[in-house]
Amino acid sequence: MFFLKFVLRNVFRARLRAGLTILGLVIATLAFGLLQTVVRAWYAGADASSATRLVSRNAISLTFSMPLYYREKIRAVPGVTGVSVSNWFGGIYKEPKNFFAQFAVDAPTFFPMYPEFIFDPVEYQDFLRDRTGAAIGRQLADLYGFKVGDTVPLTSAIYPGKWEFTARAIFDARDEATITRQMYFHYDYLNEQIKKAFPRRSDQTGVFIVGISDGQAAANIARDIDAEFKNSLAETLTETEKAFSLSFVAMVETIVVAIQGVSYVVILIIMAVAANTMAMTARERLPEYATLKALGFSPGTVAAMIMGEALLLALIGGGLGMLLTPPVIKGFHAATISMFAKMPLVPQTFWLQAACALVVGIVAGIIPAIRAARVKIVDGLRHVA
Amino acid sequence: MKIPLSYVARNLWVRRLTTGLTAAGMALVVFVFAAVLMLDAGLKTTLVSTGAADNVVVIRQGSQTEVQSGVQRDQASLLETMPEIARAADGTPLLSKETVVLNSLPKIDEPTKRSNVVVRGLPEMGRTLRPQVKIVQGRMFRTGSSEIIVGSSVARQFAGVEMGQQLSFAGRQWLVVGVFDAGKTAFDSEIWGDVDQMMQAFRRSAYSSVIAKLSDPASYTVMKARLDDDPRLKIDIKPERQFYEDQSRSLSNFITLLGMALSIIFSLGAMIGATITMYAAVAMRTGEIGTLRALGFQRSSILTAFLTEALLLAFVGGLMGLAAASFLTAITVSTTNFQSFSELAFSFALTPKIVVQSLLFALIMGFVGGFLPAIRASRMKIVDALRAD
Repeated sequence: MFFLKFVLRNVFRARLRAGLTILGLVIATLAFGLLQTVVRAWYAGADASSATRLVSRNAISLTFSMPLYYREKIRAVPGVTGVSVSNWFGGIYKEPKNFFAQFAVDAPTFFPMYPEFIFDPVEYQDFLRDRTGAAIGRQLADLYGFKVGDTVPLTSAIYPGKWEFTARAIFDARDEATITRQMYFHYDYLNEQIKKAFPRRSDQTGVFIVGISDGQAAANIARDIDAEFKNSLAETLTETEKAFSLSFVAMVETIVVAIQGVSYVVILIIMAVAANTMAMTARERLPEYATLKALGFSPGTVAAMIMGEALLLALIGGGLGMLLTPPVIKGFHAATISMFAKMPLVPQTFWLQAACALVVGIVAGIIPAIRAARVKIVDGLRHVA
Repeated sequence: MKIPLSYVARNLWVRRLTTGLTAAGMALVVFVFAAVLMLDAGLKTTLVSTGAADNVVVIRQGSQTEVQSGVQRDQASLLETMPEIARAADGTPLLSKETVVLNSLPKIDEPTKRSNVVVRGLPEMGRTLRPQVKIVQGRMFRTGSSEIIVGSSVARQFAGVEMGQQLSFAGRQWLVVGVFDAGKTAFDSEIWGDVDQMMQAFRRSAYSSVIAKLSDPASYTVMKARLDDDPRLKIDIKPERQFYEDQSRSLSNFITLLGMALSIIFSLGAMIGATITMYAAVAMRTGEIGTLRALGFQRSSILTAFLTEALLLAFVGGLMGLAAASFLTAITVSTTNFQSFSELAFSFALTPKIVVQSLLFALIMGFVGGFLPAIRASRMKIVDALRAD
């Protein structure tokens, strides 16, 4: 008890210094948590994927399409339960900064494979009936204020011209991981328009979504599908939906790794600050430590006192930082909603924050603690700070 | 009377550990700050130097990138007749009709990871228009054959593109016969082959883009006005420099925004470190400050001395950070450019402007961190200060 009280009193003896150090620790813990979460956010697409869905695309690259008739051939592959088409539209809503994803899909085969999108049955039927209808995710609808019946005008760099869709259904997410910041419309409508303007580009699709019953068999089924189109004009590359999502993250991996790395730099910075605080504290109080030793306290106890101080600083700073993390991330996500669909705060982030705070405390306290434990009573008493 | 600089510097030297730790904190912030600016500068240098001052790029209206573009054959022929376009001695227009596709290739260090590489089909004239491209290994591809040459960055980053290897796409085997160096431009991240062979293989009837050299760059505005008015042509024309600069915009904005946000947050930590150090210095030297004042040094001299000390501390930190950042120039970064959806290699570039900006940033941190402690030092009463110890 005495020990704790002693440490507590000493921590706040230099109030301004302790306060500033804690503030620094709060900022560092917060920044670290935020950066870790931003890194996680890149993987939101992979988190939302299903093990029973495969994605087939043109093996050359995503910018190449595949003929629509592949669909029947894929359906015939053993283990496949359903096939649908999905085509990236790349439309811009009013201004380039209003970026969101739109896909032209074959709705009657597509949505049964995505049970995580919850539709109002009436709206869903309206959407199926309207040739130019669009189904809009809840997050997206909230972002731009789209309501059922609204017209959504888009221009596309891939499909020239002005396009207009009517919002017919707004769908909700089944769970936390589901992303609803995208829009779907009818592939048939897109194909029809392409047929008129660019007959050579019609009856093509960017990807096939393949439903399978057994996630364990994914690798074999993917191989069978690709074998079907080997040596054809448009060879396919089939992978799980998760691998497909991760391939996008892999493209910008350098950036993700850099953010990851930089998140540890802030911990280093604060480590230097905290170590400095403890070094100064210990130097100023060297005579006191010598006195304590002269009174009969063991070197271990003296060292533990300094270590305790460093750890307490780290605990307070780290704890406050962790408490502030959820609201700050919420605010940050609100500001960057057009960039990140999800900003998932996972328990692992808190564990990492706690671990970093602990390491900062230990590193900051270790050298002063050793020095105080080793100081000769005579030298310490003679020392003038 | 002013307190000499050597006195200030010695004070820092006396408390080496504290000075070192505080400067190290600042050095890390300056390192991040400089690294971001260098990355952005490197990206811009690479893309801007890709374009030649007197070249123009023509793509389909509104398509923004070559990959999404399509220029019909008749439109391309029409462009050939434009009087602004320079001509060779025999009268052929210096104009190149090209096709550009993306091919996803496995990375050399992790074959399961793929990234999109630009594959460009171009005629002989296309090579004439890019004199910076030199073959460094093997030879140029032969017109009319399924041969390709790869850029030096592609050769470094991707698997299966070594000399003598074959790439399989569009139902054909393409033999790698050479590696080219394009002097740190975006072309280093491309694969080149014969345009007619590629058009056939990809079953394409339209070109992706047309690149042309103007006899006088000043005539660009006249040419653009005429092309914009021509109802037969649904195209966008841009100077090649601007075209590539536009390609860098979204990645550059992203890097800058992220980097500046980080630098500001991190600098808070470093400034707190400087404040703590300077407050401790002031507290420890109370008696000394009293003595200096008693000797006749003005309050302003004390203020200046402590501020100078903080600035010097920051300057040392800034230099340390910059020194560490300068090692980054040896590193090449390769990532997907959002705009063109293809891999682009570029390096960190340290410019004089960045050196000045980084040091200035460090000094600002030092000033902010040292200001309050310096004020406290200058406000001390002589009697109290002398009595303190």
